[in-house]
Amino acid sequence: MDLEFDAETVAFRDEVRAFLRENVPASPLPSLDTAEGFEAHRAWERTLADAQLSVVAWPHEYGGREATLQQWVIFEEEYYRAGAPGRVSQNGIFLLAPTLFEHANAEQLDRIMPRMARADDVWAQAWSEPEAGSDLASLRSTATRVEGGWLLNGQKTWSSRAAFADWGFGLFRSNPEAERKHAGITYFMFDLRSTGVTVRPIDQLDGEPGFAELFLQDVFVPDDPADRGSSGVIGEVDNGWRVAMSTASNERGLSLRAPGRFLATTDRLLELWRAQTEAGVVDENDTALRDRVVDAWIGSRAYELSTWATVTRLEAGGKLGAESSINKVFWSEWDVATHETALDLLGPAAEVMGPWQDGYLFSLSGPIYAGTNEIQKNVIAERLLGLPKADR
Amino acid sequence: MRFALEEIHDDFAASLESLLTKSDMPAVIRAWNDGDTEPGRAVWHNLADTGVNGLTIAEDHGGMGADAIFLTVASEKLGRHGVPGPVAETLAVAPALLAEVAPEKLEPLAEGSLATVAAPPSTPYAVDAEAADTVLRVDESAAGAGAAVALADAGAAHESVDRARRLCETTATQPLGTADAAALAHAHDLGALATAAQLQGLGGAMLDAAVAYAKQRKQFGRAIGSQQAVKHEISETTIAVDMARPLLHAAAMAVRDGSPTARRDVSAAKVACTDAAYRASRVALQVHGAIGYTLEHDLSLLLTKTRALVTAWGTPAVHRGRIMEAL
Repeated sequence: MDLEFDAETVAFRDEVRAFLRENVPASPLPSLDTAEGFEAHRAWERTLADAQLSVVAWPHEYGGREATLQQWVIFEEEYYRAGAPGRVSQNGIFLLAPTLFEHANAEQLDRIMPRMARADDVWAQAWSEPEAGSDLASLRSTATRVEGGWLLNGQKTWSSRAAFADWGFGLFRSNPEAERKHAGITYFMFDLRSTGVTVRPIDQLDGEPGFAELFLQDVFVPDDPADRGSSGVIGEVDNGWRVAMSTASNERGLSLRAPGRFLATTDRLLELWRAQTEAGVVDENDTALRDRVVDAWIGSRAYELSTWATVTRLEAGGKLGAESSINKVFWSEWDVATHETALDLLGPAAEVMGPWQDGYLFSLSGPIYAGTNEIQKNVIAERLLGLPKADR
Repeated sequence: MRFALEEIHDDFAASLESLLTKSDMPAVIRAWNDGDTEPGRAVWHNLADTGVNGLTIAEDHGGMGADAIFLTVASEKLGRHGVPGPVAETLAVAPALLAEVAPEKLEPLAEGSLATVAAPPSTPYAVDAEAADTVLRVDESAAGAGAAVALADAGAAHESVDRARRLCETTATQPLGTADAAALAHAHDLGALATAAQLQGLGGAMLDAAVAYAKQRKQFGRAIGSQQAVKHEISETTIAVDMARPLLHAAAMAVRDGSPTARRDVSAAKVACTDAAYRASRVALQVHGAIGYTLEHDLSLLLTKTRALVTAWGTPAVHRGRIMEAL
């Protein structure tokens, strides 16, 4: 039992750290949810890709370097510690790519992955619909078979990054006759710029259009690879639900979210505590506040260690299943609590917008996206502990 | 990097699990609660045969010379089954102190005698001193200058919130020697680590009990565990217990390696295991309802021990303060 890394892993860490030290922009890029910021973040992805650091865990042929799971976690840790820009390609590389690696054919991988790795294609997810949120399988958008391809119709919402992204991916009802609501669904990729797509950006709590509504009217997805850019069907027609769910708890995705982000936040929180107690804004004998700072540290340490325990298990051939729901609830609740603590340390200045306030507003989305925490707790209770299903 | 217990740890845990499952612990604990320590001593005798009592004692003194990870694995199992008696004191604190001041007294400990320790002000009473074979009293000299360790007599006993713990006043009778500041800190850390592990075992046991009862108990024509409110309480407790475990293992590893962060890591484990186990105790009681609030139900045996151990070998406030100091 140890937490020491082998020489190859240490060398990888050193390389990543050196690259980030030299290349991370000195001042933050404009928000990636603005047109200008989006393009600046796309350019940053290309800088990463040139160093083969945009998708370290992928195979070489698609722009990765086949990093081990340990190396991937270390990459994430270094990335956030360095204060590097947010990943505009996140939806593609963390949500879509695992599904493609498991279900796409070679032709699709060759066509799509290198462009994703360089952010030539930036992807938006199109899961939720106005009447299908937590109950995603009640989705109503349709895919209809026509000569030479498919026509997509319907409405998607809360589509992260869709305001500026190039391509979308999501589920569509391809067989309206199917008896069960989870059946007769197909997983599609489609061009957000094609005829029939209307994108209506939605301003989020932080004032920026981080997601959008999509209105789809006879959007054509061609069969012919020559015509279809990065679009197409993933896996078998009518089997989209299983395709999407098979990677819902993917180890390199949001489920095994690497602890880097939270460790970096904890470092900043401790700096803030020192600064505020030295400045006399916070009394260092205020144990109520002190304990919250300590608990933030304990939480991020627990999450880091638990990630290494999971990595050890996966490296020994284990699978990441419903326990990824434990991670999701834990980090999202931790993130909100830690930002609340930071704001309370700021005292009367807590209201003035700045990085902690941005982070706070962002953290509030954590318990909602990627499966609400209420749904996750049901998953823990039913799939991990075997408690009986509720009437839904 | 390999952050998991080794097979040898798992095997050891499995042998303790098997032994304690066969020992009818609820009856043993109830006897101990009523002042009959004989069945409990018999269990301790069996535990000593597996090497538990001598785990942290050097082989030269008849012990196993095992590391802090074994200590953690054993303490968690003893906690899970609510083993009565001075667990952290016998397994961890007394061996650490005696190794410094009176190593010749280690051998009987390894063979299965029970030891308890008072270390005022943080550990004011010696738990179960009347039942213990060796009672130690630790009096700190000037701050940071170590402590005088002495054999002591058990004095007046106070009832604990846990009926299985008798809290005894002590009077030093025979000085044994002086433990320096580092040795004293190490003994306290081992006590906190063993207590954290016991709490982790208690938390896991009560969580399992809550899950089992939620599946079995029916109201309004269906299992209460199908109710989302019940599910969410249980899921949140599962998260707390699961997330405390890696902190416990990392603390054991840091103690094993003599890491400079050992103190901080032990405190983090104690805080997290305490919070998780206490939460499990509340949720388990709530899920069981009125039957959980009876002495007749076995939950009572674990629930009050959890509350007692919350403050044993360092209160949560002390450990949080220690973490902030280290950071």
